[in-house]
Amino acid sequence: MAARTLYDKLWDAHVVREDDNGTVLLYIDRQLVHEVTSPQAFEGLRLADRKPWRAGANVATADHNVPTTGLDKGITDPVAKLQVETLGDNCREFGIQEFAMGDIRQGVVHVMGPEQGATLPGMTVVCGDSHTSTHGAFGALAHGIGTSEVEHVMATQCLIQKKSKNMRVEVTGNLTQGATAKDVVLAIIGKIGTAGGTGYAIEFTGDVIRSLSVEGRMTVCNMAIEAGARSGMIAVDDKTIEYFKGRPFSPKGELWNKAAEAWKELHSDDGAVFDCVVTLDGSTIEPQVTWGTSPEMVVSVDQSVPDPAKETDPIKQEGMKKALVYMGLEANTPITDIKIDKAFIGSCTNSRIEDLRAAAEIAKGRKVASNVMLALIVPGSGLVKAQAEKEGLDKIFIEAGFEWREPGCSMCLAMNADRLESGERCASTSNRNFEGRQGNGGRTHLVSPAMAAAAAIAGHFININALKAL
Amino acid sequence: MKKFTTFDGLVAPLDRANVDTDAIIPKQFLKSIKRSGFGPNLFDEWRYLDVGEPDADNSGRPLNKDFVLNQARYQGASVLLARDNFGCGSSREHAPWALEDYGFKVIIAPSFADIFFNNCFKNGLLPIVLDEAIVDDFFKAAQASEGYQLAVNLEKQTIATPDGKKMSFEVDAFRKHCLINGLDDIGLTLQHVEEIKAYETDRAKQAPWLFA
Ligand code: SF4
Repeated sequence: MAARTLYDKLWDAHVVREDDNGTVLLYIDRQLVHEVTSPQAFEGLRLADRKPWRAGANVATADHNVPTTGLDKGITDPVAKLQVETLGDNCREFGIQEFAMGDIRQGVVHVMGPEQGATLPGMTVVCGDSHTSTHGAFGALAHGIGTSEVEHVMATQCLIQKKSKNMRVEVTGNLTQGATAKDVVLAIIGKIGTAGGTGYAIEFTGDVIRSLSVEGRMTVCNMAIEAGARSGMIAVDDKTIEYFKGRPFSPKGELWNKAAEAWKELHSDDGAVFDCVVTLDGSTIEPQVTWGTSPEMVVSVDQSVPDPAKETDPIKQEGMKKALVYMGLEANTPITDIKIDKAFIGSCTNSRIEDLRAAAEIAKGRKVASNVMLALIVPGSGLVKAQAEKEGLDKIFIEAGFEWREPGCSMCLAMNADRLESGERCASTSNRNFEGRQGNGGRTHLVSPAMAAAAAIAGHFININALKAL
Repeated sequence: MKKFTTFDGLVAPLDRANVDTDAIIPKQFLKSIKRSGFGPNLFDEWRYLDVGEPDADNSGRPLNKDFVLNQARYQGASVLLARDNFGCGSSREHAPWALEDYGFKVIIAPSFADIFFNNCFKNGLLPIVLDEAIVDDFFKAAQASEGYQLAVNLEKQTIATPDGKKMSFEVDAFRKHCLINGLDDIGLTLQHVEEIKAYETDRAKQAPWLFA
């Protein structure tokens, strides 16, 4: 057989049928469900009198709308409350397992899935959420879908798909400048742009990717969609297999051995052909900070806000000018001169235990600056929160002046009460800095957990290496 | 789903690249459990000077007069002209729901974000990719002449301008078939029940842990 890419292998293993025009019915092993994009899908099933094809292939949790404080009071926003309750009602009616608010397993859907072993290597994974690309970190084919497709997968366990092209993004060398997985993926997006991956499935490879922990790889794949690719993926290695050992949904006993054996094949063959290859030198990647309203508007922390006057493409120049106005920034301002009002450490990009450890390392023995009015730590799931508390991270954060919250999407998209007010500036570990994303008029700078903690401590952006040296 | 064939539509030019789904329909409207009625909140943050809330009355809200869709000449537009990477951001289908509910039938841009592009077809919206230069010409024409219309023929895959120029566009054959006949994807897929079952049986032998 010809040499195949990881994406080719995952794709081939899931083709149910193929039409002459290349449209494929692709089998879906796992669907993750949350409250925002599912109510209309369940409603559709009810209206057409359809049942889930395999109820057990779906796992649900509430995350986007849940409050991160005062859980005992429940949800106070009646519209959000109805949506979360509707998820519970629908899951009961259709026989779908849900980790509801208050269950320790509840959390951001992309943190919960792998944590439970509900997403596994070699699976096709979908969810009505674009950051489903996260699950590609384990050699799975995972991407976000719309609500019509959520309904389609529930009813048929399949998706109507066309194959994407193959792109390889290789990050060579070592990370030497204090950069983390988040900085790697921001640097990649800075290089290829937010539409660079459109039409492609990206496989991230190279020594830097190999050296990342499984959680770090999730951070990278999480933002594949920010580079325009519906799915990002990373080959399986021993770390991946180790990660899934003993998780609640992971195979057990003889099945485990069989699965682990099969997973070892989940990598691109030598000589597999990619339609596009991009290479970055990991040793040149410094801690990154976005300055604009698109994740591609990113520079290293020691650089300055770029000058639109130096951009030759008129459409890009216009976009930069608009972004600077929205962000309230002047061209050529050193990034380290930018003061922040709030900091947010959380989201499906960076809310796992390693992220919290990295932030705590910076916070330990230091204090949040007086100009920072809110520094939020929102763990990705109840289990992450419990683990952090076991390690005493909560105390470090509280001692330093951070707020320690309950799991959920929180200020990543500000559907609950956690948000920026107009004009407020935030160092955020989330994945989108679009206008209004964290609250109307709010200004988001995307950074790694360590960089967000450092900005909260210094009151402005600062290179973590410089902060550590203080 | 409504059937889509041919129509003449007034063109509204939205002159910005990278219009994301948050801009198309801000997140507070995602709290709804319905799938209709999002039209009045399409581009909410650009269209109004205050902040919109779900299930609220929008009729008395202060309008941003500068926003293209608020200008008298573009009222009743059904063709949206956009720039690169339209619909980037989240997978929320509320974005095509809002566009469709507002009255748009066609969106023309040099490029679209993948998930959004896909979602359009499932909701009776036709996204058309055309060369940047052609889109640019449309922008100029729509801005220059009031009442600028385009005639879209999905069957023949053509767009005709008022001055009689005709150009063709690409559309996936399957998507076209579904749009023209107003077909529902689920019904189509369920014609292949036996094949899905056969796949499952086969796959369960190779990867039994997936069906445990
Ligand atoms: S944390 Fe943010 S990006 Fe992730 S699923 Fe929640 S809202 Fe989406």
